[in-house]
Formats: sequence, C-alpha cells, structure tokens
Amino acid sequence: MMIPQIDKQLQSILAQVSDPEIPVLSILEMGVVRAAQIVNGIVEVVITPTYSGCPAMDVIGDDIKKILKENGYDANVKLVLSPAWTTDWITEKGRKALLDYGIAPPLEAEADKDVLLGSKKLVGCPQCGSTNTKMVSQFGSTACKAFFQCEDCLEPFDYFKCLK
Amino acid sequence: MKNENLYNYILGVADNSLILGQRIGELCGHGPSLETDIACTNVSLDLFGQVRSYYQYAAEIAGEGKTEDDIAFLRRERQYKNVLLVEQPNTDFAYTIVRQFLFDVYHLLFLQELQNSTDETLVAIAKKSIKEVSYHERFSSDWIKRLGDGTEVSHQKIQEAINNLWTYTDELFHQTDADKAMVAAGIGVDVTALKDAYYAKVNSVLELATIAIPESKWFQKGGKEGVHTEHLGFMLSDMQYMQRTFPNMEW
Repeated sequence: MMIPQIDKQLQSILAQVSDPEIPVLSILEMGVVRAAQIVNGIVEVVITPTYSGCPAMDVIGDDIKKILKENGYDANVKLVLSPAWTTDWITEKGRKALLDYGIAPPLEAEADKDVLLGSKKLVGCPQCGSTNTKMVSQFGSTACKAFFQCEDCLEPFDYFKCLK
Repeated sequence: MKNENLYNYILGVADNSLILGQRIGELCGHGPSLETDIACTNVSLDLFGQVRSYYQYAAEIAGEGKTEDDIAFLRRERQYKNVLLVEQPNTDFAYTIVRQFLFDVYHLLFLQELQNSTDETLVAIAKKSIKEVSYHERFSSDWIKRLGDGTEVSHQKIQEAINNLWTYTDELFHQTDADKAMVAAGIGVDVTALKDAYYAKVNSVLELATIAIPESKWFQKGGKEGVHTEHLGFMLSDMQYMQRTFPNMEW
C-alpha cells in the first residue's frame, strides 16, 4: 500500500472534507488524497478518483480549495489516475465509519468475487450483523457500491465493492 | 498537429466508450427493471469517466485551446471513429445486453493489452478502467446466460439479437492507418491478435447460454473509418443539441 504524503499541518484541515456521496467518511479515510504539500507557500494537493466517472471528484476538488482558503492557504488540486485507487486504501477507521453508516465495507478480492457471483454468503448486514445476505444487484446507488439485502432482518443495504 | 496518429488513435479507442455510454445512458429511467436501469446508468457513467480521461489527453495533444468538450460534442458524424456495434439502437433489452456483452469481452481484452503500452498516460487510463470493465463484463455475461438459458421467449430474443449483431463483431479487429502506426510505435494494441481469444470467450458464454453461434462469415464494417450506420446521426443530433444551441455552455 502506498502511504500518502500529507503535510502534518494540513492533516486536520483536509480531514474536514468528506465525499459528498458518503458524508461520514473524510477524504483522508477514503484514501482519495495521495499527497498534500506546501510548495512555495501554495498547497499542492493530489487526489485520485475511486471510479473514473465518479461525479464527486469535482466537488471534492472545490471543497479542498475552499477549506484551505478559509485556513489561509491557496491551493492547486491535481487529479491523477496512477496508481489506480483500490479499496485497500480505505483506512480501518474509514471501514468502521462505513459500517456504522449502514454500508458494508469491502471484503478481500477473492471473497468479493464469491459474493458477487452469489456462490458464498459473506457480506455482513450492517444492521443486524447476519451474513445470511443476498445480492440484489451488482450495481447500486453509486458506482462504488452493489445492492444487497439481509435475509434475516430483511433490511436492504449497500455493499462497498472491492476494487483492486 | 504534432502527433496526429496518436490523436486519432486515442479517439478511435475513446469514441467506442462515448457512443456506447450514450446509448445505454438513454435507458436512464427506462430500464426494464429498477436494478437493470441502475446497472446500465452505472456502466454508462464508468464509460464516460474513462472517455473524459482519454479526451483530456487528446485535447492536450491537439493543443490550440481544444477541450474535451470540443472533442465530444463538436465533431461531425464522419469524424467519429467508433465501431458500428456500439451505435446500434437499444431495440429491446436483449439487443442492449447482447451489444454490451459483445463489446465488454473485447474491451476487457483490449485494456489488458493497453496496460503494456509505452505511453504512460494510456497505461494509467487502462489500469484504472480495467477494474471497472471487468465488472461490466461479468454483468453482461451473467445476463446472456440467464436469458439465453431462461424461458423460451428470452432464449429466442437473445438468439435473435446475437444473429443480428454478430455482423458487427469482426470490425473490432479492423486496423486503421493510425492503429497500425501506433502498434508499430509500441503505443497501440494490435487488435488483430485479440481475435481468437475474443471468439473463444464469446463462444464459451454462448454455449453456456444454449445460444447457437452464428455461422455467417459476412461482416459489416466502416465505423472506424468514419462511415457509420444511419443510427449515429440521430444519436449525435440528440447528444450535441445543447452545445450547438448554446455554444461554449458549461455545466
């Protein structure tokens, strides 16, 4: 896993920016910010999209500039595709935040394949914890999620797909 | 333009995704079920995201202040280089999913190879896109099997769509002059080398789906050289309406 290079004094500021589609998760916990350094008095931020068509990226870029401005910094935000984002970059704290919000965090790649092919039941229901769950649709409310339902408590929920 | 072959090559790759993205995007709010509706729009969104990366790169190569929007919205029909397959109409869900399947299998093989390009930007786009496209391929293959090996009606509809769209598959392996130049330069993918793997994969899914593989050896082509079926013009008039009515508009 690549450790993002983020200037210490910018950490707490950037932690206030969240993905507008998953507001409980900061962009740092999401692994979207790859670097943030002060160069000649200007903050150079590098972000990477979760999915190519993620419509949140423009908003995230604007939010970063806005909050840095409020804290007295001018910023440039650069979008890079390489190395490609993976769900491994979501931090432990981020995974916990997803679960508390009602989104099942991504499983490991092999297990993910099994559940999306419907051959194994491994995704835990964020409401009751049961793994007696079924996939309703490989595609969910946003590009990064699949749609599931718990067969015990019957609650529908989103599963954050594994991306490697 | 300094590197016209690369520019044309990128458009050849990206136009497929733009036109297919627009086609399945037409189903937004019109899908046969809520889940398939959402799936189609998600696939469309992935494709548009990929297209933006390609067009931004192409715009950079073109220079002279060209933008990704100019490339997407302000070209004429003959300047689009997509294969004929992706511009075919939605007709019904059988046609929609067969068209998707026939393209996804190719798209995945293509991106696997594009990862070995000597062009760093194309490699980055390929590595990003391939993760999304493997989901697309899984989704469309599953539907082919489910419907092909489904009821009598669903089987017959998939068979009909395969029979009618088959004629557009061979064009995927046609090389334009720009393609040949980019293959020689180590940048482009030699699509002719993907043909066997493509038909092997397609045929294996069709067999599982109990669908007969068409025997016709007559194939239609032209799109890659800018000669399209009548469907593209109608699509473009819809797609380009806003930019042409309100030039330079921004979202």
